[in-house]
Amino acid sequence: MSQAAVLEHPLGVEPAESPLTPESWGKLGMWVFLAGDAMSFGALLAGYGALRYSSGDWPSPSTVLGIQLTAFMTFLLICSSVTMVKGLAAIQHGDQAALRRFLGLTILGGVLFLSMQAYEWTHLIERGMSISGNPFGASLFSTTFFCLTGFHGCHVFGGVVYLSCILIQAMRGRYSATNYNSVEIVALYWHFVDLVWILVFTFVYLV
Amino acid sequence: MNVAHHEEPNYMGVFWWLLVLTIAEIALIYAPMAKMVIVLLLIGTALTKATLVALFYMHLKFEKRTLGLIALVPLLLCVFLVFALTPDLGAVVHQSPKAAAPAEGTHGEH
Repeated sequence: MSQAAVLEHPLGVEPAESPLTPESWGKLGMWVFLAGDAMSFGALLAGYGALRYSSGDWPSPSTVLGIQLTAFMTFLLICSSVTMVKGLAAIQHGDQAALRRFLGLTILGGVLFLSMQAYEWTHLIERGMSISGNPFGASLFSTTFFCLTGFHGCHVFGGVVYLSCILIQAMRGRYSATNYNSVEIVALYWHFVDLVWILVFTFVYLV
Repeated sequence: MNVAHHEEPNYMGVFWWLLVLTIAEIALIYAPMAKMVIVLLLIGTALTKATLVALFYMHLKFEKRTLGLIALVPLLLCVFLVFALTPDLGAVVHQSPKAAAPAEGTHGEH
């Protein structure tokens, strides 16, 4: 793709060449990355299901882990998805101040989620849970719990860092109604993190 | 071509649906129903919520078919993975202490 074509594109990004692909390679790249990441989470969840099904003394997650806090964490991530999508809608209408405000709220949601997860982990570790065992039943119960929620937590942390970088750029006035491709790409990542938590919450805490 | 070119989805409407479904999920685990029914309903609710996020917040509903196919591939591979694990599950369950106890009357080794 020539430099001229990049400059001519309304979003200021290199456009995809095929009519089947989205308007930017960055967006297509993020989707391919998310597909790979979904396989990672899918493999972890399938492994979790297999280990749980084959275990004779798997404890009831909802009684051991408690779901009030994690239900609120789920609510928090859903809210942060709304603020993210509102931020994207704002910049599509050229409202930079609203973009900055909604990005800040999304980051706040992520930080609160991580803080609550740290509190939950501390509480569970104090009750004797570790990655190698627990007093409630099958040792793999805690192993899979820490692996799955930890892997997701790393994604939330990555998302908070990624969003912070975008916020810094937004504060420098980089985005506008005709240049918001980076905001759209970070939004995809953040919604994916929310989507995965919906599944983790159901399979690890409720089922 | 761009998400800005289609009508903006009702983001708050999707949010309320996600909230209601989350509350329904929590209520479900206390419902006086068979465990298998509860599990199936929970999985159905979770997949509905995930689909709502993908379609409206990730704008998959308004994107080109290529992105839908990219999103569908890991889902199909995960279903395949579950089926691929099933034979191993049968073998492990067969050897587990719970399965062995009625036959042998003793606890099996891990």
